[in-house]
Amino acid sequence: MASSPATRVAGRIAVPVLGLFWLAVTTVPFLFMVMTTFKTQEESYSSSVWALPESLNFVNYADVLSGPFLTYLKNSVMVVAISVVLIVLISAMAAYAFARIRFRFNEALFGLIVAGMIVPIHITLVPIYLMTREIGLYDSPFALIGPYVATSLPISVFILTEFMRQIPKELEEAARLDGCGPFTIFFKIFFPLSGPGLSTIAIYNAIMLWNEFIFAYVLTSSTSTRTLPLAIWDYQGQYTSNIPAILAVVTLTSLPLVVAYAFGQEKIVKGMMAGSVKG
Amino acid sequence: MTDISTRSADGGAGGAALSLRKLAPVVFLAPAILMLAVYLLYPLVDSFRLSLLDWNGLGSNAQFVGLDNWKKLLSDTLFWEAAWNNILLAVFSVLIQMPIAVILAVVLDNAGKGSRILKILYFLPLLMSSVALGVLFKYFYDVNFGPLNALLDYVGLGYLAQDWLGDTRFALGAVIAVICWQYIPFYMVLFMAGLASFPAEISEAAKLDGASEATIFWKMKLPHLKGTIRTAAVLSVIGALRYFDLIYVMTGGGPEGSSELMATYMYRNVFSSFQLGYGSTVASGMFIVVILIASVLLRFSKRYETEV
Repeated sequence: MASSPATRVAGRIAVPVLGLFWLAVTTVPFLFMVMTTFKTQEESYSSSVWALPESLNFVNYADVLSGPFLTYLKNSVMVVAISVVLIVLISAMAAYAFARIRFRFNEALFGLIVAGMIVPIHITLVPIYLMTREIGLYDSPFALIGPYVATSLPISVFILTEFMRQIPKELEEAARLDGCGPFTIFFKIFFPLSGPGLSTIAIYNAIMLWNEFIFAYVLTSSTSTRTLPLAIWDYQGQYTSNIPAILAVVTLTSLPLVVAYAFGQEKIVKGMMAGSVKG
Repeated sequence: MTDISTRSADGGAGGAALSLRKLAPVVFLAPAILMLAVYLLYPLVDSFRLSLLDWNGLGSNAQFVGLDNWKKLLSDTLFWEAAWNNILLAVFSVLIQMPIAVILAVVLDNAGKGSRILKILYFLPLLMSSVALGVLFKYFYDVNFGPLNALLDYVGLGYLAQDWLGDTRFALGAVIAVICWQYIPFYMVLFMAGLASFPAEISEAAKLDGASEATIFWKMKLPHLKGTIRTAAVLSVIGALRYFDLIYVMTGGGPEGSSELMATYMYRNVFSSFQLGYGSTVASGMFIVVILIASVLLRFSKRYETEV
């Protein structure tokens, strides 16, 4: 395969063509979605699906927002915020122990927790459902926090342990000579120094949990207790064939992450890629 | 789990002088171990216990039936068809996602200024919840009002229009297409990181020696990516074996079980047929299948590695 002018020209054309082709593949479904939300229900039946809406009418958005949408949003924000704070704190503590403290079973325990990454969470669904009923948390947004924190821990502990192992030992040793105990060292030195690692797992878990469906679906049942992914589900049942209104719900539920993405693409991409850990 | 850590602390303490330092691992690990014991380990064990019951999940009429459910599972063609669909999903995920992701990574690697904005836009599907994507694509595939059939019609391929999600021949494939569409950018970013770590001096030197871009790609860059591709394939397979969301939202496993996966079959048994005992057997069976396949795969590729 010698470098001929022909192959070089082909390469020069292929790059933009393929790049724009995948751009179309990615964005066309979203363009269809947003475009449709501006149509009335009658319009969505009478005109071609690819026709532009007759006018920019926000009636579907107004309709959705006049319903319980904000309750779903509030529940999502609360559940995700509490879960992420707990995940960060608990996994940072565990990671510090694994990365820096010598004790028997350190490696065995670490291996066991990391192995939790391949467990299909669906096996826990029925027992957690029964347990949640038993302790009276069924149909409360707080029911989600336990499973959310626990299922996020293995990967978070793994990522943070790797991260903390890279932190130079000098600072810690200096602090120890000054008479600091492990708790002071953790809170004064490790927690702040792990900032980038902590933000990565916070972003990763926040996005995963923001979109989580199955636990939310099984452990809650009322409009007042459900999170955003369930808003789509519930509205779908309510609007049945009003496609523009349903797609308005989908657009609105996706908006918070898209806005966040507009402000910090690099951080979010990096955070999401934290999921590419092989347990 | 809790047991192990307390014993290790006690063992090292040696009497009354239980120093703060000796206690440290217990204190630091206790919250994580507690959460995992309650919400991961206990449910796992409990699922196997429930698998021995005949129970509708309500009241106290549960009956211990021993291994009856497991015998039923072994000869349950619906379960094995679902497991087969998981394997199809895994195989097609790898075969479709890996090559396209590599091509896109190479494209962006050569796209210069435009690559950043393209990467950002390509990544958008990964931010969407599966319910959002599932509902969106349900309309996309709709037989009467869906834009896909309208598009086929428009370009003169109207005879290819189908009831994509309502036809046993197409339902699984239609959902697999959406899953691939969503995850290809993920693997693309992974491969871009792999390509970025390819030393520029080597390709410069090869070019001076008269090697074409194609030769550099096939003989040098692709072998350089081999480890990353292997990791990506393992991730993709494990993800496929425990997949649930989009299938549940888009087809519910239908029509006629043609897109049923192990997880959706489990869900249907528990929450639609109220066979909580048998549903737990399906869940436990799925656990065994996933763990077996995952441990074989992990044995063949290096363990515990991170990319990016």
